Amino acid sequence: MDKPSEKGQISSGLSFSRQAEGILVIELAGNWTINDKLPPLSDVQKEVEKGLLPVQIVFDAKDLGKWDSGLLTFLVKLIEICSQKDIQVQKDGLPQGAQRLLHLAFAVPERKGDRKESSRLSFLAKTGDSAVMFWKSIFEMITFVGQVSVAFIKMLTGKARFRGSDLLLIIQECGADALPIISLISILVGLILAFVGSIQLKMFGAQIYIADLVGIAMARAMAAVMTGIVMAGRTGASFAARIGTMQVNEEIDALKTSGISPMEFLVLPRILALSIMLPLLTLYADLMGILGGLIVGVVGFDISFIEYYNETKSSLTLTNIWIGLVSAFVFGVLVALAGCLRGMQCGRSASAVGDATTSAVVTGIVSIVVATAVITVVCNVLGI
Amino acid sequence: MTLINSKLKTQNSKPTKPHIIVRDLTMAYGTNVIQRDLTFNVNQGDIFIIMGGSGCGKSTLLRHLIGLQTPAKGQVFYGDVSLWDMDPDERERFMRRFGILYQSGALWSSMTLAENIGLTLEEYTDLSHSEISEIASFKLALVGLAGFEDYYPSEISGGMKKRAGLARAMALDPEILFFDEPSAGLDPISARLLDDLILELRDSLGSTIVVVTHELASIFAIGNNSVFLDGETKTMIATGDPKKLLAECRNPTVHAFLTRGEPGKG
Repeated sequence: MDKPSEKGQISSGLSFSRQAEGILVIELAGNWTINDKLPPLSDVQKEVEKGLLPVQIVFDAKDLGKWDSGLLTFLVKLIEICSQKDIQVQKDGLPQGAQRLLHLAFAVPERKGDRKESSRLSFLAKTGDSAVMFWKSIFEMITFVGQVSVAFIKMLTGKARFRGSDLLLIIQECGADALPIISLISILVGLILAFVGSIQLKMFGAQIYIADLVGIAMARAMAAVMTGIVMAGRTGASFAARIGTMQVNEEIDALKTSGISPMEFLVLPRILALSIMLPLLTLYADLMGILGGLIVGVVGFDISFIEYYNETKSSLTLTNIWIGLVSAFVFGVLVALAGCLRGMQCGRSASAVGDATTSAVVTGIVSIVVATAVITVVCNVLGI
Repeated sequence: MTLINSKLKTQNSKPTKPHIIVRDLTMAYGTNVIQRDLTFNVNQGDIFIIMGGSGCGKSTLLRHLIGLQTPAKGQVFYGDVSLWDMDPDERERFMRRFGILYQSGALWSSMTLAENIGLTLEEYTDLSHSEISEIASFKLALVGLAGFEDYYPSEISGGMKKRAGLARAMALDPEILFFDEPSAGLDPISARLLDDLILELRDSLGSTIVVVTHELASIFAIGNNSVFLDGETKTMIATGDPKKLLAECRNPTVHAFLTRGEPGKG
């Protein structure tokens, strides 16, 4: 086994000489490593095309220093060019190691149709493709909702299979464990609402109405929307990542072949848990938001605690709270559906899990915003 | 170049009846055909090897046999019933008769080993909790994991995951066991022990066993029937007892594979 020999630190050189009967001798000198500045292949091409086309190329490598893949890729390209032009390449003059590696590189011929074709589609074709993909994704969503509904009906008739302990664990993860962040966010939202409102209300001495503003805004929309968005980022993403990873590990396949429906076993408890916990969290967020408003009112605008409490109590109706809770329930279903759907659609690689998580959060937030718009319009039409 | 299909018939001394019958199976992802025109039988009590070079569609064939992937064309029969003509509910029930060891073990990561094994028992039998945990412990002991009942899959090594996966596959005492690359990632001795275990399962429980592998040592040690998939021609080029194939099959690809001959052993 001859190692790439170590000769002086001369830079790579390429020179040519012609022997009789169309034999071109290529002399390789100096170091030929990927770190050296290698002579371009076009030098050889020019030399080959100069005068009569040679029949054979031989190498002279007695002055060759260190070499590595730099030399080999150069030779591979050279051999490919020569085979197109029907020039024979004699590899005898090359170092033994290089000869063997070249032999390896050409030992397994490229399989036809294995190379990925970089097909450039026209704009029209791309647009068509996206439209078809869009329709497909809508269809998949509808199918998924259908499957979940079937699983839900099975649960109502007592035939669905999932473990109660799983449901409780998920309830803990997406309920109690979310309390700190929900507290922080809703107190801050309450504070912000109170500050923004107070600037206007102070101008005609109506600071006391901060209580009305904060109370109604939180209960009717803000608490549900903020909690929904936080849960989309927190729990929706976690559902997608969890189920996606199970997809990668073949755990979902294992469930299917054990005759256990992943819809019932994985998706159903998650949707149940989130649609129960999101309204409860929202109720808690209502309280925290009002607390935030109270802090601003008491500290900044000399409203007494009792005044603020009475004002909130008289302005806030049960209808407002109900609208918030119903929205929260809808958001819970949507966020859980988005998370589980993207998880189940996940491919079999680490990057696919990342994509699934991103997509779950985006789908979750978009559907929350759309649902809020729909609920607002419906409430307006119904006059509540 | 045309390759001659060398289909060797297994001529066992005892009469065996086919358990799995595959007819004209074509497998494809979209328009990309993986393998076409697969026709072979797996007999009752066989240890049937699906072999072939990397990426030729061995695992895909397994997914077709266990009902995870729909064939583009052709049929898979279990005895007299066609797997893919059943309605989905019926197929789901039918699939409970299979025990499957996945390539990565595929243990359910949120459950302990005992719960992994016990899940199907809980679902499909009327056994009490204590009986189920006894069975789970017994199955774990069979694969050399006694005492690991309360471990989670993330807490044990790769080889142990495989064995635990096997214990789970055996939970319902299945008629047919499928193994996807059982010895991949195991050291030679563990691989050998797993082979012995597979033989023992066949002999003691009389299960039919289908193994996807390209480990030559395993192929000759346990296999008594096989199919060879070729990635180049995208079809099967041999079927029969691997030892007989080695002696009799003149197909160069099969021969090279079984003798590790030629560069690019596959």
